[in-house]
Amino acid sequence: MTTRTRRRGTGQRVPVALLVPAALGLLFLVLPLGGLLLRTPWTALGPRLTAPGVLTALRLSVQCATLATLLCLALGVPLAWLLARVEFPGRRWVRALVTVPLVLPPVVGGVALLLVFGRRGPVGGWLDATFGVTLPFTTTGVVLAEAFVAMPFLIIAVEGALRGVDHRYEEAAATLGAGRWTTFTRVTLPLVAPGVAAGAVLCWARALGEFGATITFAGNYPGRTQTMPLAVYLALETDVEAAVVLSLVLLTVSVLILAGLRDRWITGP
Amino acid sequence: MTHPATDPHRAAHPVATGPTTDPHRGGGAGGRRVRTVVGLLTAVSLVLAGCGVDSTRPADDGDLTGPVTVFAAASLTEPFTTLGRRYEAEHPGSTVTFNFAGSSALATQITQGAPADVFASAAPRNMATVTDAGHAAGTPTVFARNQLVIAVPQGNPQRLAGLADLTRPGLKVALCAAQVPCGAAATTALDRAGVRVTPVTLEQDVKGTLAKVKLGEVDAALVYRTDARSADREIDGIEFPESAQAVNDYPIVVLADAPHPTAARAFVELVHSAAGRTVLTDAGFQPPAGP
Repeated sequence: MTTRTRRRGTGQRVPVALLVPAALGLLFLVLPLGGLLLRTPWTALGPRLTAPGVLTALRLSVQCATLATLLCLALGVPLAWLLARVEFPGRRWVRALVTVPLVLPPVVGGVALLLVFGRRGPVGGWLDATFGVTLPFTTTGVVLAEAFVAMPFLIIAVEGALRGVDHRYEEAAATLGAGRWTTFTRVTLPLVAPGVAAGAVLCWARALGEFGATITFAGNYPGRTQTMPLAVYLALETDVEAAVVLSLVLLTVSVLILAGLRDRWITGP
Repeated sequence: MTHPATDPHRAAHPVATGPTTDPHRGGGAGGRRVRTVVGLLTAVSLVLAGCGVDSTRPADDGDLTGPVTVFAAASLTEPFTTLGRRYEAEHPGSTVTFNFAGSSALATQITQGAPADVFASAAPRNMATVTDAGHAAGTPTVFARNQLVIAVPQGNPQRLAGLADLTRPGLKVALCAAQVPCGAAATTALDRAGVRVTPVTLEQDVKGTLAKVKLGEVDAALVYRTDARSADREIDGIEFPESAQAVNDYPIVVLADAPHPTAARAFVELVHSAAGRTVLTDAGFQPPAGP
């Protein structure tokens, strides 16, 4: 899965039965983007972009998505390894539970986070009483909400990569006296690096666009918890043009970053 | 923010004006500008309502037994559901279908061609989106008003008595964002009271603001009286005098492209009737201001 094979000029004809739905699929995904571009007020773009708050929201979005991705890497890669490499009772259930945030409406995820990490929740209440720390309505809260929603993307990608790795490399390392930790860091991790990178990119992109869990758990306050998707939603309430411009900014930044990363590290997962 | 508040061009297009170009400042000036526009629209709609003749649509099939589709602001959910049932009882064979959502989302759906018969908005500004785009048959009429209360957890543990108490250090307050009607009203009320509140969050709609109080994450929030009443098992609503200066008008109109205009008009009449008014007042709404 990590090979960069190119079948150029093999002369194979693409079956129409695949080509037509593929083209329709592409159109379906790209057409709404075209709609955004059509509605973009190009002449008023400059003042719109330099309006105070746009950069603040963008910076906050990028920072939070990056921190959330780091958190997901720190916790998600070990969890993916556990799921892929260790036989334990109930593993199937753990795997199902890990993907729950994928199907849970993010708003519900946000409420669930509030019920646990809110100031009346068991963890949040303890944090507040012991350290005087509250998570809702803080930037940390944004990072937590994004990590909650985005982590499954990373776990699924990394677990898939781990399952695709030839076990014999790890076994060879073990026979040469490497412990499980050394094998993991020196053999396994380098082997699945492309999978981890792909997962991290997916995770980052999901975190960047996160809306429901963020506004529910962290609220919306400019400079502290108002990320781009929140700014877009609120702009939409009154001014579609502003919302379109903000969306375009978010889109441009994410496409640039994702395209850059894809070429550099990722080779078709 | 270089736009002068008095720019006549901007004032003429209320939908795209005000603090809307910049979602990051819920400041007082923006709120005042919105209020001016809202006030202007209300005045205009009241004057036009005084003329009161709907001549834009000729008589149609006269069918009252068909379906009616009503797009209504989320805050109207309970009273309009009741009125819908009443309409169906009065006109056997008819069905009333509701689409409850934020007024701005509904306005967008209507201007994009959603097949609705009636639009009831929580603020004149969103109604203006629809009328400006030529989607209304006739002039919107105000059928109810709503005003703010301070929502606190039941029993009012922080012993809050008025707006000034919201500035207490360490007190967590949630407001609606200035872009949505309840946020504009909150800004106006706080301005009038001369109170500067630093909220922990500016929520996307009044239900989100209310939820933060219900969940105990904030100590107080400014929400509509009707919302506070709908959640009176979990929260208390504290009235405050300045709310009288930030009253929201609810306009209703039959839409130009209504598939069932006769039934639509009959539903609007029911909303305006004494029976309709009773249902709305029971939910916490106030009757519209006199002519």
